[in-house]
Amino acid sequence: MATATEQWVLVEMVQALYEAPAYHLILEGILILWIIRLLFSKTYKLQERSDLTVKEKEELIEEWQPEPLVPPVPKDHPALNYNIVSGPPSHKTVVNGKECINFASFNFLGLLDNPRVKAAALASLKKYGVGTCGPRGFYGTFDVHLDLEDRLAKFMKTEEAIIYSYGFATIASAIPAYSKRGDIVFVDRAACFAIQKGLQASRSDIKLFKHNDMADLERLLKEQEIEDQKVKLKYKYKARIFLEESLSFGVLGEHGRGVTEHYGINIDDIDLISANMENALASIGGFCCGRSFVIDHQRLSGQGYCFSASLPPLLAAAAIEALNIMEENPGIFAVLKEKCGQIHKALQGISGLKVVGESLSPAFHLQLEESTGSREQDVRLLQEIVDQCMNRSIALTQARYLEKEEKCLPPPSIRVVVTVEQTEEELERAASTIKEVAQAVLL
Amino acid sequence: MRPEPGGCCCRRTVRANGCVANGEVRNGYVRSSAAAAAAAAAGQIHHVTQNGGLYKRPFNEAFEETPMLVAVLTYVGYGVLTLFGYLRDFLRYWRIEKCHHATEREEQKDFVSLYQDFENFYTRNLYMRIRDNWNRPICSVPGARVDIMERQSHDYNWSFKYTGNIIKGVINMGSYNYLGFARNTGSCQEAAAKVLEEYGAGVCSTRQEIGNLDKHEELEELVARFLGVEAAMAYGMGFATNSMNIPALVGKGCLILSDELNHASLVLGARLSGATIRIFKHNNMQSLEKLLKDAIVYGQPRTRRPWKKILILVEGIYSMEGSIVRLPEVIALKKKYKAYLYLDEAHSIGALGPTGRGVVEYFGLDPEDVDVMMGTFTKSFGASGGYIGGKKELIDYLRTHSHSAVYATSLSPPVVEQIITSMKCIMGQDGTSLGGGWAAWWLTPVIPCHNQGKECVQQLAENTRYFRRRLKEMGFIIYGNEDSPVVPLMLYMPAKIGAFGREMLKRNIGVVVVGFPATPIIESRARFCLSAAHTKEILDTALKEIDEVGDLLQLKYSRHRLVPLLDRPFDETTYEETED
Repeated sequence: MATATEQWVLVEMVQALYEAPAYHLILEGILILWIIRLLFSKTYKLQERSDLTVKEKEELIEEWQPEPLVPPVPKDHPALNYNIVSGPPSHKTVVNGKECINFASFNFLGLLDNPRVKAAALASLKKYGVGTCGPRGFYGTFDVHLDLEDRLAKFMKTEEAIIYSYGFATIASAIPAYSKRGDIVFVDRAACFAIQKGLQASRSDIKLFKHNDMADLERLLKEQEIEDQKVKLKYKYKARIFLEESLSFGVLGEHGRGVTEHYGINIDDIDLISANMENALASIGGFCCGRSFVIDHQRLSGQGYCFSASLPPLLAAAAIEALNIMEENPGIFAVLKEKCGQIHKALQGISGLKVVGESLSPAFHLQLEESTGSREQDVRLLQEIVDQCMNRSIALTQARYLEKEEKCLPPPSIRVVVTVEQTEEELERAASTIKEVAQAVLL
Repeated sequence: MRPEPGGCCCRRTVRANGCVANGEVRNGYVRSSAAAAAAAAAGQIHHVTQNGGLYKRPFNEAFEETPMLVAVLTYVGYGVLTLFGYLRDFLRYWRIEKCHHATEREEQKDFVSLYQDFENFYTRNLYMRIRDNWNRPICSVPGARVDIMERQSHDYNWSFKYTGNIIKGVINMGSYNYLGFARNTGSCQEAAAKVLEEYGAGVCSTRQEIGNLDKHEELEELVARFLGVEAAMAYGMGFATNSMNIPALVGKGCLILSDELNHASLVLGARLSGATIRIFKHNNMQSLEKLLKDAIVYGQPRTRRPWKKILILVEGIYSMEGSIVRLPEVIALKKKYKAYLYLDEAHSIGALGPTGRGVVEYFGLDPEDVDVMMGTFTKSFGASGGYIGGKKELIDYLRTHSHSAVYATSLSPPVVEQIITSMKCIMGQDGTSLGGGWAAWWLTPVIPCHNQGKECVQQLAENTRYFRRRLKEMGFIIYGNEDSPVVPLMLYMPAKIGAFGREMLKRNIGVVVVGFPATPIIESRARFCLSAAHTKEILDTALKEIDEVGDLLQLKYSRHRLVPLLDRPFDETTYEETED
């Protein structure tokens, strides 16, 4: 019975074959031939990895010579020989054996030498020892850290603050915690190296706008809006603002709260303010402050916070005391501003050097009015000026950069720093010394 | 020979020099005699030749396999937690449950969102529930015993309130205090106090500008002497030492071979450098050799140009696994293939080796073979900061090209003094600082400081061996090398992470528990950091409590069946490349 049905099916098939139109049969025939060809053709090899014999491989390994680990550094490289400061880098320091007045350390409020700060740090040292022996997550959180975060948040009038144990790592860890691949960041050209490294670690798209040029920033934002289709610029274009205030914290504003106080901006409009405590607060480390929504995220994603030991408690205690002093004498900020203005005016009109920087800023640069054409030559000239000033007891320094790594390398310059500890007479003396030396060297 | 670890009887063939060739692999390969015979019959013993003679002492490292039932239950646990997480998110979205976490500002609600919602899923729903085990604030020296501030939460860990109580005398098994230098009395602290009075707390300038104090020069010279290298340079933060100096050493066109389990700072430094990164399996020398061979033979990926340099990044002790790098083999490979070696001794400096000089001394090797010796001062010296040691050309180059020297503030002076004093203690000199120079060092009388350095190192080694042996005997699964003072105890299940931390704190012992993402998802663990400051009584108390909690939580998973490391087959897929 089964064979009959089979036969019957076969007959049906043969019949169908006869009745099929010609093109159908031809098409099927071509397809069958194609399949047979594919089955028997060789598979396509991407790379012949096994072509080299073992002997050839060994020869290659023998022959390969790597570059030396580091290229040799010439002995007269300007950065190789550091200035040695014997003793504390306070107002009067001993640099390379010569006693000088310090116009180079970022000790804006003179708190490096303050006995109250030292006493607070000493008390903390006697209680906790030096190191914290662990990151914040693993028994490295001390009550001093929590205290400092609280005080900073209150001082800056924000909800929360987070501290880091290293100033450079603060903004360099904060940026990649929020901004990832696929995000876009608009950065000022003159942003500091720490910000550049943070941006590099974040792998976001970066658009640079000209230094302090809001029109340029608006142009970039408009371009981005068109592409997307989709303080006043922030709300118009829906961008967030991160502010880096390392040099303006403790300097600008009536109470030293920085740029936001100086311009009277509501601090809630800024998403994140980052600063380091190594300038005005004369301690070590850095902090970020802002709303809890923003700052809390860093407690789990800030690399420099989670994977690094916390700030030694004596430095945190020193920072708290420095904050206390800042809160108690709000008058020092006005004094500092005045001194800045004074020396700014006094240094105008030096032949060969021009003053670069706002008159409000306690750290400004002296650049060569006319560059000689080669950066090395410029650097050498400026170093000559610096050395001669040091011989006359004024300690200055050149602003140092990593020439090959900076995105937008500023021209070489001498950095002059004003602190509250410098008397008017010293400022006058510094100005006149620089004038004389510049005249002697550049003419 | 040391007493045999482990309670079960073991049969091992051991050569006179302590390592193994052509026999049962010693590395953590422990079987009872009956089982060994059976296994031999079944052909399961693998004959692996180890490079005999490279290791001057036995290298016992073991990572016991996760029991199958435990793995399944762990996944089930995470599954349940995820389901509940979705449920809670749903309830919060529909406002049935109160939303505790901070939210975006009203004016900014239509901005591009700052965080991806899914990224925070884990934080909101899993981490938050056991958050009280981390960030425990302390208010005393992080020595062998520590005072923890008590905190309470009335809303399931969303916010904490301090009750004002202080839990005193908690045994500290979490701080990295290997040699016991975390003290607030003694010669180190006095020296630091004096320097603080004189110099102040901060520096306010970078190394290249006016922040290079005479103290820094003294420190660097001492570090170079301590390590046995030509020169050294110190930095303010250990993390930053890696992330700022690796980019200065390698760049585009160079190759970095990095261990699977390297620390975040090494990974960040490697990524910032712009070089190509390839990862080899953890401590697996065949994987590393294959990568080296392929790299030299085939060159750069598309252009086939030869690589400019090859840099191998390894750590001395891996802090999550407790394993020690196979340094003799790495150095042999590096010499054969002309690569450069970057050794991060964050945890091993001061903790390994008969005089605390780190993993190089532990294996009896020459420090000159390691091209870049990096380490930190946080763990064994009770201070903060990092250093790099090596040849003078290397250090000169770093002085001019390191990001930290140009843009970051130098080390704080009292911290520098703490490092100098503690290092001198370890070296066996007296506490006052001298002008330096070989004559002065040689003529200094050896005056014991708070506890002679060498004794600390020996005490730590003894504590390590004792603690590990007792835990293994109790039946816990312990990862890592027998000599490493970092002891990870496996917990696996997510609920046990929280339970272990809390139970131990109830019994006055502070431990560190780690889960995802610091470890693979099913391998959560508790990590004990031993210290020379732990006395035998403290260790015994701790062991007793761990035993109790282990029984309570059923943590004794070990079946004493360990996987020999060299048998892990490596395959073609170990060769990975990350495009930067």
